[in-house]
Amino acid sequence: MTTESNILIDVEQVWKAFDDHEVLKGITLRVQEGSSDVILGRSGIGKSVLLKSIVGLLTPERGSIHITGKQVIGMKTRELNILRKSIGYVFQYAALYDSLTVRENLEFPLRKHSDASEEEITDRVLEQLRLVGLEDAIDKMPSELSGGMKKRIGLARAIIKRPKIVLYDEPTAGLDPITAREISQLILNLEEQFGITSITVTHDLECARIIANQIYILDDGVFQHSGTYEELKASSDPYTRAFFQVAA
Amino acid sequence: MKDPRQRPEISFIRFTRERFRASMEEVYKITMFGLRFFRYVFRPPYEFAEVRKHLDNLGSKSIPLLTIVGLIMGLILALQSRPTLDRFGAGGFLPAMISLTIVRELGPVITALIVAGRVSSGIGAEVGSMRVTEQIDALEVSAVDPYNFLVVTRVLACMIILPLLTAYVDFLAIFGGFLAEYINGNSSFMLYFTEVVQSLQFYDILPGVGKTIAFGYIIGVIGAYQGFNTSRGTEGVGRAATSAVVLASLNIIFLDMVIIQLTFLFLGPGV
Repeated sequence: MTTESNILIDVEQVWKAFDDHEVLKGITLRVQEGSSDVILGRSGIGKSVLLKSIVGLLTPERGSIHITGKQVIGMKTRELNILRKSIGYVFQYAALYDSLTVRENLEFPLRKHSDASEEEITDRVLEQLRLVGLEDAIDKMPSELSGGMKKRIGLARAIIKRPKIVLYDEPTAGLDPITAREISQLILNLEEQFGITSITVTHDLECARIIANQIYILDDGVFQHSGTYEELKASSDPYTRAFFQVAA
Repeated sequence: MKDPRQRPEISFIRFTRERFRASMEEVYKITMFGLRFFRYVFRPPYEFAEVRKHLDNLGSKSIPLLTIVGLIMGLILALQSRPTLDRFGAGGFLPAMISLTIVRELGPVITALIVAGRVSSGIGAEVGSMRVTEQIDALEVSAVDPYNFLVVTRVLACMIILPLLTAYVDFLAIFGGFLAEYINGNSSFMLYFTEVVQSLQFYDILPGVGKTIAFGYIIGVIGAYQGFNTSRGTEGVGRAATSAVVLASLNIIFLDMVIIQLTFLFLGPGV
């Protein structure tokens, strides 16, 4: 049951434009603690803009975004950084630091924001690599990794601080269907294991089917429809039907 | 309705006005971006490890190129100046002329221009590719201030390394001058370097070192600014690297002129 107290992310009437082009037109979204919500939509429709607005990388013109009850829009950098420590973000192309090895990429958040000892840091890095099945890649550079491996390392880096919230930006984009399914399954396993609340933006229906508790369909700057995967699949709405038919 | 096949015509005056306004806006943005450095540099967290890494990257990798340029610069200066000085019976002043020219002017400016070409473009391209691959966003969502981590560390490294590289180039250029003189049988090691040491005063070295710190600041800030504001993918990264070199070089020449004028104004032209 949804109550005010268990809503972790509360997006209310958010508007965002780039020059004259309005991307988000009063979008509203409430994510409950422990829920895995997926935003579906065509490319360039504003899914990533919403995600970046939630984490404070973009500033909407209007509306409010509350995370754990704290207003993100207009928040001071210092406070925003404190809030960001409890949020993990998986970027579309992983955004691994390409001058650092996999080990250093994973160590980076821990070195910056924890007093963990060298031994603890190494143990945590190895644990993360085990979770994503890439222990052998520890001393590789990002340029030596395949697309799927990069996504896994990006995922491992995002959850290494055990965040309460994780935001996924197209976690399966650019991957073959088998690897995409593996990544989706991995996301599901990690979320269950660590009790993560998440928002995933994607246009991959299979990914949505595997991980979503609730799916929102974004079009023309607002959510046109929402529901579970099965509900949307059975929807009579032409846009939703078209989306599911094309993807099938 | 506007015909989409027709390209918009822009008059020359409007084009010039818009370019001028855009240039002024850019100057303002670079200035503000550069001034932030002074606000951040004394504020924790201090990224000493990053500064040390950049000192190595920016400094040691410039040494081979600077070694060749420094030596050849001194050689050429000596070979070109000797006949003219001899014509006026002033051949004996050659070591003093070379050392003063190198230490006051050529050493700092040539070193800065070469480092701008190698380092400023490198910073522009590196930070630019971090921007287009969302690595800067990744820093930000990791609660790490990208300006402090990427810009302050690089600018600081440039400000530290440039005076050291300039001293190295100065020495090599003066030595290159000696080689030219020695090969042509015009001077001995002792005579040449005694003349060099006697001709150089503290006030010859001070402005030279001082301006290299300012040049280092310019190289770092402009490279980082171009990289930080990269857009439009890989094309933007290339443009950031090119713009960084062009702007840094122009600013070095301009700042050098200002510093010379100020030095003459406050210390007199004889200094």
